[in-house]
Amino acid sequence: MSAARRCRPPRALAGLFVWRLRNTGVQQVPYRFVQLYHIANDRLITFQYFNFLKRMYVTQYNKDLSQRAKPKSDSVVSPFHELQQSDQVKKVLYKISPVSPVHQSQSEISSRNELREIKSETEDSVIPVGAESKEDRQWKEMKLRLDDLPGILARLSKIKLTALVVSTASAGFAMAPVPFELTCFLLASLGTGLASCAANSINQFFEVPFDSNMNRTKNRPLVRGQISPLLAVCFAASCGVPGIALLTLGVNPLTGALGAFNIFLYTCCYTPLKRMSIANTWVGAVVGAIPPIMGWTAATGSLDAGALLLGGILYSWQFPHFNALSWGLREDYSRGGYCMMSVTHPGLCRRVALRHCLALIGLSAVAPVLDITTWTFPVISLPINLYISYLGLRFYRDANRSSSRKLFFCSLWHLPMLLLVMFTCKKSVLEKEDKGDLQGRSCERAMEIRLP
Amino acid sequence: PPAHSQSDWIGPPDRLSNLRPIIFHVPPEESALERRLREARQEAQASNQRFWARHNRAFRQEKEEFIYSRLKAKGLEMRDESGQKATLNAEEMAEFYKDFLNKNLKKHLQYNRDWYKHNFRITFLMGQVAVVRALRWLRRRKKNVEQ
Repeated sequence: MSAARRCRPPRALAGLFVWRLRNTGVQQVPYRFVQLYHIANDRLITFQYFNFLKRMYVTQYNKDLSQRAKPKSDSVVSPFHELQQSDQVKKVLYKISPVSPVHQSQSEISSRNELREIKSETEDSVIPVGAESKEDRQWKEMKLRLDDLPGILARLSKIKLTALVVSTASAGFAMAPVPFELTCFLLASLGTGLASCAANSINQFFEVPFDSNMNRTKNRPLVRGQISPLLAVCFAASCGVPGIALLTLGVNPLTGALGAFNIFLYTCCYTPLKRMSIANTWVGAVVGAIPPIMGWTAATGSLDAGALLLGGILYSWQFPHFNALSWGLREDYSRGGYCMMSVTHPGLCRRVALRHCLALIGLSAVAPVLDITTWTFPVISLPINLYISYLGLRFYRDANRSSSRKLFFCSLWHLPMLLLVMFTCKKSVLEKEDKGDLQGRSCERAMEIRLP
Repeated sequence: PPAHSQSDWIGPPDRLSNLRPIIFHVPPEESALERRLREARQEAQASNQRFWARHNRAFRQEKEEFIYSRLKAKGLEMRDESGQKATLNAEEMAEFYKDFLNKNLKKHLQYNRDWYKHNFRITFLMGQVAVVRALRWLRRRKKNVEQ
């Protein structure tokens, strides 16, 4: 059984400021993340009672499933962890193991027999009876009920992850050096959110048998048969098409193109690549980096160096976040057939995480050079960047569960803090009013033409 | 599932494959298209079940063998004094996970291709069935209105 780990999901409120409140009980915190991380946080408490013939394992799962889905286009390259269930599922496992086989194995001379005994015990005698998940063990009718539909669709689209993606995109919008326009902002956020829903749905559509085999994801709507694949695809189309159209027509074509590209990258590149090569991590990081770029282009209408810097920061952030996370999921990845660095190239995994922690320091220092923030930003952000780099170094050196967890949890608060500090250190728009006016008009113009 | 039911039923996850089996309802007036859809779904279900049951079983077996051989090398027994099963720590297991993944990569690539093919075919057939059903319903309504 995997070690217990408690993940405290932050809850993000949409808006300019991303506040993440840590609640230990909060179930799902979707992180939109370029890489899909399956993190099963279980707390496993096993008690063994020896009754004459029964061994009872009481396991308590605090399932924090964090899933980092890559947000389609909007997601900022921040890893989004989708914490799916923080249900506490008490499973009572009855293992009927008579005492005699144990004696038998001990007295057995042949080692093969011993092995076989143990094998048979593990394979045959564990009969899980879910105390709370009794309902789960029943046969369910595959009929769609309309009042269940909103909940099902929310889970299908990974609504919390989408919310985080939208908030990272709005961070990109906020950082753009133009006067703030509410309508543009709302349209961009809505379009991004719809695009994210579509991408997440398609991702779930592709991954049904794999999801059913991993603890974190086995309660998804398609896995449970609550919705048909056809409906999932239709829903994805009905979110994606209006979303991209909204971005293209209501904001500007560049944002729409980025959105469509991100959906494509996530569903057609990242998702299949996860099972083919470790390169999926880098593709995923790009998927996460694009949403803030989209937010920026929504505001300014052009791809500036500032947008790329913001994307770069999120890109770099993804690596310590995901690599630390995946360190604890190696068993699930190995069995599920996912090619992740933590399984196949553990040394590279830790090196890359450390490298990108340090890159964050460098990128923060570049921000004032590009006139995005004042020089105070690298100074103020230095402590948190140094801290995450220190944890990255510890992870690199120690390569154990505790250092990976520390790094992961640090990354959870590091990103919102960094974005917040960046926003507060943003260079005042008034200084660049003339330039800003010109660029700000691009969004308005697009709207004027389309909306009569 | 009850005999009179008109819909498919989905059950709890299978112990070996972790997949949920579906019992398909065969309506008396099933069209050829609907039959093709049902058969495609049954075939996909059977193929998935075979693959994952075999794969998970192999994983468990090889994991046990690995633990056993490592413990043997260290001179330990499978169970310590209190009778609790001895395990290796995460770092030692990591070697096993890496080997297992590499060994099964080709198998997974083949399975991925098959799964995507099944998935697309089933969804496409579902779409066709839905369109046919919608047209039928519209035609029936028009007839009712005319009458």
